[in-house]
Amino acid sequence: MTLWFVFATMTIAAVFAVVWPLGRRGQPLREGNEVVVYKDQLAELERDAAVGLIGASEAEAAKVEIGRRLLAAAEAGQNAATMTGRTGLRRAVAILGLLGVPALSVAVYLQLGSPQIAGAPMSARPQTASAAEPIESLIAKVEAHLEKNPTDARGWNVLAPVLMRLRRYDDAARAYRNIITYGTDSAERRADLGEALTAAAGGVITADAKAEFERALALDANDAKARYFTGLAAEQDGRNADAAAIWRAMLDKAPEDAVWRPTVQAALARVSGGGQPALDANKDLSPAERNAMIQGMVERLATRLKQNGDDVEGWLRLLRAYMVLGERDKAQTALAEARQALAGNAERLKQLDAGLKSLGLDG
Amino acid sequence: MIAETGHYALVLALALALIQSLVPMIGAKLRDPALMNVARSTAVAQLLFVGASFVALVLVHVGSDFSVANVFENSHSQKPLLYKITGVWGNHEGSMLLWVAILALFGGLVAIFGSNLPLSLRAHVLAVQGWIATAFYLFILLTSNPFLRLAEVPVEGRDLNPILQDIGLAIHPPMLYLGYVGFSISFSFAVAALIEGRVDAAWARWVRPWTLMAWVFLTLGIAMGSYWAYYELGWGGWWFWDPVENASLMPWLAGTALLHSALVMEKRNALKIWTILLSILTFSLSLLGTFLVRSGVLTSVHAFATDPSRGVFILLILCLFIGGSLTLYAWRASSLKQGGLFAPISREGSLVLNNLFLTTACATVFVGTLYPLALEVLTGDKISVGAPFFNLTFGPLCVPLLLAMPFGPLLAWKRGDLLGAAQRLIAAGLLALFAVALLWAFVHGGSTLAPLAIGLAVFVIVGALVDLVERIALFRVPLGISWRRARGLPRAAWGTAFAHAGIGVALIGIVCESTWNSEYIATMKPNDSAMVGGYEFKLNGLSQRQGPNYREVFASFSVSQQGAVLGTLTPSKRSFATRGMSTSEAALMTRGVSQLYVSLGDLRADGAVAVRIYHKPWVLLIWYGPLLMAFGGLLSLSDRRLRVGAPKPAKAARALQAAE
Repeated sequence: MTLWFVFATMTIAAVFAVVWPLGRRGQPLREGNEVVVYKDQLAELERDAAVGLIGASEAEAAKVEIGRRLLAAAEAGQNAATMTGRTGLRRAVAILGLLGVPALSVAVYLQLGSPQIAGAPMSARPQTASAAEPIESLIAKVEAHLEKNPTDARGWNVLAPVLMRLRRYDDAARAYRNIITYGTDSAERRADLGEALTAAAGGVITADAKAEFERALALDANDAKARYFTGLAAEQDGRNADAAAIWRAMLDKAPEDAVWRPTVQAALARVSGGGQPALDANKDLSPAERNAMIQGMVERLATRLKQNGDDVEGWLRLLRAYMVLGERDKAQTALAEARQALAGNAERLKQLDAGLKSLGLDG
Repeated sequence: MIAETGHYALVLALALALIQSLVPMIGAKLRDPALMNVARSTAVAQLLFVGASFVALVLVHVGSDFSVANVFENSHSQKPLLYKITGVWGNHEGSMLLWVAILALFGGLVAIFGSNLPLSLRAHVLAVQGWIATAFYLFILLTSNPFLRLAEVPVEGRDLNPILQDIGLAIHPPMLYLGYVGFSISFSFAVAALIEGRVDAAWARWVRPWTLMAWVFLTLGIAMGSYWAYYELGWGGWWFWDPVENASLMPWLAGTALLHSALVMEKRNALKIWTILLSILTFSLSLLGTFLVRSGVLTSVHAFATDPSRGVFILLILCLFIGGSLTLYAWRASSLKQGGLFAPISREGSLVLNNLFLTTACATVFVGTLYPLALEVLTGDKISVGAPFFNLTFGPLCVPLLLAMPFGPLLAWKRGDLLGAAQRLIAAGLLALFAVALLWAFVHGGSTLAPLAIGLAVFVIVGALVDLVERIALFRVPLGISWRRARGLPRAAWGTAFAHAGIGVALIGIVCESTWNSEYIATMKPNDSAMVGGYEFKLNGLSQRQGPNYREVFASFSVSQQGAVLGTLTPSKRSFATRGMSTSEAALMTRGVSQLYVSLGDLRADGAVAVRIYHKPWVLLIWYGPLLMAFGGLLSLSDRRLRVGAPKPAKAARALQAAE
């Protein structure tokens, strides 16, 4: 209610600004004109002539010139059409101000504004964010402690994975390095360090990172992370065959329930012509067979997501597939499932919504 | 509540701008004073409403009201208060609001202080301001609305681009906008003159203070931007011939030409049509700058969110105003009365020469900036026109301009005495030659042209002083008389001297910095030391600390010269978690007008760090020069004569008459 009162007051002020000058009559008009300027120029000319900035004869000529302008201006001032007041037109403008200004403003504002949303300054907001904040302050505390006691390897051990998750990769790399320096040097930590360096470089395995993976493998030839990244390094070097060999070897020996299995499988599929090329390889299939194959792939994806729904990219891929196949209903159902699976994670939901925009699926 | 009030105030400003663009025009046509005066009250009311709107945006930013999308996208509750405020214009929407707020400010100033103008001229000027304002209000409301809300209030904002979290953001954009937008007044005066079909010497006098004000602010804005880039971007450069920089340089060159040509128009009633054209071009170049920066044509720190619909809208505004005003110019210019002729060797002749060089320089910058863009659009080829192009075109154009500059103020109006001027400049020339000889004898290394350029700068500075010395007849008459003469000298004369000398000062800085700057780029470990420019830098160690919304690694360097410790420098690298970005904060130590500059690069695994250390001799002169120029402009602005024609209280006028 207050809001509308404020708006009304502002509108009245705006209308007043338009109408006010129209109502003032009989006021002596204050108007500047050229005469003042030229008179001043004459005075200035005399000053200039006095200090020799202009020669005497030139000054005389200039004086005549300015004098002519002065006369013309004075004459023009007298001959100028006298000011006329047009009552009818003034009334029309007053009406325009009285009606037009409020009408236009309200119409435009109602289109663009959101009067129904209350303001939410930090001070007025309940501190619901407290769930996130203690973690941050906790991390800050741990970091402050470690700055004073940089040799506390256990502290670094706690901090390093958290920093990785916060995407502070440079700091994570430093933390892992400290673990290795002040704690125990192990294949896992070397591989973690390599991973942090890789993440810091935006996914590129740098020479430093590669060296760390090699050290990790020297300590434990079976370290999965180090092996996986060595393969990735080979792939980034363009040696797809080597990468495939490394990963295939890993999968052969891997226990069935190894958490990293899907990652390595996906990587292997990528280098050995999986994904898009896999379809190409089945070019000689009949359209029906091909459709069946695609359907099968989509279903596998759907089943996987039902088991583990924490994968925004996966959900988006599934939705895209349904839309391409023209199965809008299934897409809607899957979307509902995705929202359910991702509920409670605002960040992921936002990613999902962002992805939906490109799909043309009404969220 | 605050956000919506600000939003509504902006909408009301649009309604008022529409009335302001229309009613005064009709009033001027029919010579109805009341209708013409509507311009005045609406302009002032518009200023109040846009001001309120801007204050509202500042308040929601300060209060971290994340229900406003603009605050959510560009602020963070942990950000220091200063950056919460400056962050208001550290983004596209907010900076456009600042743009129109300044536009309204200038409109309001003309309305309040323009009572020395003829009524119809003021009505026309304000109506044209109303058109510009309308276009930009629509642009803001439809494509870049800073008051859009979010139904679900996010917990935390996305923070401001870390590079912008600096005191520079508090100064550079407002100054620059005061300059850019200030030229809208000379544009409005020019269009008003074309509509009225009447331009005369008085017009030039009325428009000059506005042009001068805009020029002063643009000078300061560009200089501040350059200094900011110098210390924030971390490699010690101060001018990159980057399109965004050129976009601000072009209006400056055109505006400088305008200042000088308006002088000829005022004194000699000549160059009228040319001055009108320059007024139009200067503001057009300001608009072009806005377009280049905001449309997504360029990517840089300045290009915030890029959105094609905005680009198209600004392009539309650009075509409308530039095309419209130039069409009006082509149509009406021939009906304007031509001014008198004049001799080539005279003050006005020298000002024409100045205009020729400045506009040509502006044209080369224009070509160098737009040609690569046009080529990319047409053929898809990306070429880069950088420093070499500008050094080969812009540089040579500046040399004759600077050589001629000291002569101008020494020449008399109407018919000057070139030989006399040259004789009076002998002292300046000798000093310049002496400087060149000294440099050649004692300074080694660097380009052979550098001493010559310094000589030119000395000539410019001393030449500017010679003008003053001549006018107060220093050394020729007793000191007391000189002193009285100096006090009696119009402030505009002092202003000219300072502004001209400022160019020389900046030139010295530019030449010294680019010729004799020494740099050291290497990886250093704690306790390593490096010698740069005769100073010893010892890296004491690296440590970390937590800032309000960032963490930083900082290095501590002790600086010593011949064993004497001068102090410590602590350059740092800050990483901002919210945006996942990091900035490098250089540390500077000022020694006289030279600076020592240390910035950090990447940290290496083994505790070493990449560092860049520079010794930049006389570098501060690059910015002292523009400061001096702006000071000269302000002096000139404070000149009583520019205010002549201001309303005198009626009583005083009567009293004077009675005395006569």
